Amino acid sequence: MSTVEEPRTEARRWVGQSVPRKEDPKLLTGRAGFIGDVVLPGMLHGAVLRSPHAHARIVSIDTSEAEALPGVVVVLTGATAAEHVDPMPAFCAEPVEQRAIAVERVRYPGEAVAAVAATDRYVAEDACERIRVEYEVLPALVDPVAAMDPSATRVHETLDSNIVFHRSLDWGEVDADLARAHTVVRSSARWHRMGAHPIETAGAVASWDPFGQSMTVYSNSNFINFLPWAFAGILRVSTNRLRMIPCAVGGSFGSKHLITKVISITGALSKACGRPVQYLEDRADNVAANDNVGCDRIYDAELALAEDGEMLGLVLRIIDDYGAYFQFAHGQHGNAVAQPVGPYRIGSVRYDVSCVLTNKVQQGFFRGAGADPGNFILERLVDKAALEMGIDRVELRRRNFVQPDQFPYKIPTGNIYDSGDYEAVLDRALEIAGLDGWRTEQERLRAEGRYLGIGLATCQERSGYNASEWWFLYGDEAPLPATSTPESCKIDVDAMGGVRATIGCPLWGNSPETVVGQVVAEEFGIDPSAVSVVYADSTSGAISAGPGGSRVTIMLSGATRGAARTVRDKMVRVAASAMEMDPEDVECVDGVFRAKGVPGTSMTMAEVGMRAHLFNDGTSEAESSGLVAVHTYDHPYFTPPTDDRSDLGAFYPMVSHACHIPIVEVDPETGEVTLRAYYVVNDCGTVMNPALVEGQVVGGIVLGIGAALMEEYRYGADDGALETPTLREYLLPSMHEVPEIVLEHLETPSPFTTYGVKGAGEGGRLVAPTAIASAVDDALRPFGVWVDELPMTPERVVGMIADARGDQR
Amino acid sequence: MPDKVRVRITVNGARHDLLVEPRTLLADLLRGDLALAGTHLGCEQGVCGACTVIVDDVATRSCLVFAAQLDGSSVRTVESLAAADGTLHPVQRAFTQEHGLQCGFCTPGMLMAACELLERVPEPGREDIEESMGGNLCRCTGYQNIVRSVNAAGRLMADRTSSEQSGVRA
Repeated sequence: MSTVEEPRTEARRWVGQSVPRKEDPKLLTGRAGFIGDVVLPGMLHGAVLRSPHAHARIVSIDTSEAEALPGVVVVLTGATAAEHVDPMPAFCAEPVEQRAIAVERVRYPGEAVAAVAATDRYVAEDACERIRVEYEVLPALVDPVAAMDPSATRVHETLDSNIVFHRSLDWGEVDADLARAHTVVRSSARWHRMGAHPIETAGAVASWDPFGQSMTVYSNSNFINFLPWAFAGILRVSTNRLRMIPCAVGGSFGSKHLITKVISITGALSKACGRPVQYLEDRADNVAANDNVGCDRIYDAELALAEDGEMLGLVLRIIDDYGAYFQFAHGQHGNAVAQPVGPYRIGSVRYDVSCVLTNKVQQGFFRGAGADPGNFILERLVDKAALEMGIDRVELRRRNFVQPDQFPYKIPTGNIYDSGDYEAVLDRALEIAGLDGWRTEQERLRAEGRYLGIGLATCQERSGYNASEWWFLYGDEAPLPATSTPESCKIDVDAMGGVRATIGCPLWGNSPETVVGQVVAEEFGIDPSAVSVVYADSTSGAISAGPGGSRVTIMLSGATRGAARTVRDKMVRVAASAMEMDPEDVECVDGVFRAKGVPGTSMTMAEVGMRAHLFNDGTSEAESSGLVAVHTYDHPYFTPPTDDRSDLGAFYPMVSHACHIPIVEVDPETGEVTLRAYYVVNDCGTVMNPALVEGQVVGGIVLGIGAALMEEYRYGADDGALETPTLREYLLPSMHEVPEIVLEHLETPSPFTTYGVKGAGEGGRLVAPTAIASAVDDALRPFGVWVDELPMTPERVVGMIADARGDQR
Repeated sequence: MPDKVRVRITVNGARHDLLVEPRTLLADLLRGDLALAGTHLGCEQGVCGACTVIVDDVATRSCLVFAAQLDGSSVRTVESLAAADGTLHPVQRAFTQEHGLQCGFCTPGMLMAACELLERVPEPGREDIEESMGGNLCRCTGYQNIVRSVNAAGRLMADRTSSEQSGVRA
């Protein structure tokens, strides 16, 4: 299915303005209603006992002492929880059963082994300390390469190997391009696992009604209106007897799409005792066991170039450490092949991926969702090619950019890039960065023995995902069809002319209320502050994939405009009937329905509203009373994958672009990297709300600074113990690490979307890590350092310098 | 379980005389017994700063303090800032003007840390802000707009002070 958006005709009044954020007052006053704020009568509090071992057999569990503690209502082990709930869902993955509480074997440090519900959280935690678990410790698989050895212990004995998935796909003539290349640049890269770590952990309140066999779940999950049937399956509740209620969400960055383990544990506890139960992860739960963890990849990559620097072909060989289970399985590779060639006209791609099981927590989605290491390796290869071929890195990029007249541009994998002007973005970024000044400063500091570096990266941000990316790499038979990945909005105008929008996506830290307010205001010509926005629960029928894959502003714009126009058009007909005119002769301007060309003949929103609700005279084509419309906006442009995967279809076609130029200083003695300045030019199509987009981009860049310099899950090489179990060991960027970030926008509107909007949620983190790596390279050029591993912790930087010196000797 | 401890504590101007378990954290007292859910818990180990409140004019991590330590103390939380009629405090106004929040979960801690800073240093520089708020983690905003918000709040509070003073003179 594909549609092309109507051309932009009239000037816009609200779309494109930094209108005040509707979400702010409740957040600023602490009244937003996060999951931890939900209190139900008779509610109990949960806590979870977790395995200290990476891999062990559970020999026995004795819960008697915990059960005897006053205030404890129920204690569940994996076996007793299984009496109430079913295993986790996994999307197109090898059949491996995962339960929220482990049965018989634990496969990663922090896997749940028991859960308690008690009258308060303190008592629940006391009870956890009184549960006696006897383990038989098994060898821990930590190194994914070692785990690939056929003789390695298997994480799941039901599988033949720890290599659970291998696929090699060629798009275009890869071998021929390698053969005809003048230069083939090769680079390895290591992207370690990092976690989303929102400041609010995951949590749920479940309330089981044993009489009606129904369940109500409050949570900070995203997919309550997208995959409610998946939750019903876990909770063993009929799909039409499960009500999932959204809460304000204290950040997610991808990690709270499902939170199935949290919901399963909470639901099992509630079912076991027939009372409402709240379970909020503490930080240790969240770091160890949430769906927090992003990609964990080892790359061996090649870029083939002609003598003049033309990029011909790209080879990506990847080992991905999945951890012990799946969730979105191959989705993160589906995501990566939306833009493996970046903004460049590379004619062929080989994607050879091996997914390996180890004794670590499973991957989930984390801002970037698989394209983040993809950008890292591609831009590293381009920088290396520039060095090896003696071509300026800016010039090499310029020569290979997809050109403005080539859009829509189909890349080898089949995905479409909708629009862009990459050279204009690059030129403007070079301008605002004032590179000549920084080069002078670099020379001046070098003379003092100081090392300043100027980074540069030009990257894509695919946006508006189609969920077929989750499964099209899987299996030998024809893939499942492409999905519509919808978003809905209901608009109703009441009898007094009040406008209310009801949306299926939760408040996840982005600004759905503000965006919906702007769109409704645009369509009716009213002030956004007049629009009220409420969040639908799963009984509303609002289908919503919610925020994720930089889609929510694109999709909400389409859904809201569709619903607003349907209601507005009905109001025009009602007003026309009342004024005894033809609807063609009535228009809605500034929230007033007026006769075209007849000053003084008009009706207000309230007049039309009252007439439509109470005095519908049936003259307007026998329309029934009321002013309500639901519009479900399907993905605006997708094509299905072919059976042989030679063309994966257009699945991520709204493609934003950015050029980042960070300036760093590196202390070669301590290995400390300090950001001095940061320049960005971003093109995400029509900017819906400049202040909010800037917030998304800058926030994403700071996550990217974390990825570049400090964030990493570390595991004991021998025992697999998690060495970063809290935020004291797993470091997040603070105010101290952030430079002044200068941001500008260019706008090449998408031809596919409402108003021409593209995504902006992930670009910061998709570009910053590789841009900062190039800056560190540039700073340490006198040492011959080449960055191929993140994060660039002080230890690693000192090590890279020492290694480079050793190589030179 | 040891006997409960008596705590006489003033929270947002209201006096409370409570019996609490010795191990009850201030954060849990606020969120649970006093139903002031605006104070958020992010890490429960003093790293993230989301639970920051002002205890006797000092910014304090309410996840690291036992309620029993605070007999006779006065505590201010985010609920103390806005007026009952919905008028936001200058610090809250500044955060929304400068888009200094996104998900809003760290925000109550940021606001209280900012208030305490601005009460001590009415026109803080970047170093003052980093010194006072560098331990408050935000995963959404990238901090740039939080720094701008604190500066803007300082200006708004100065305006308010000067208009109050001129009001007195008039």
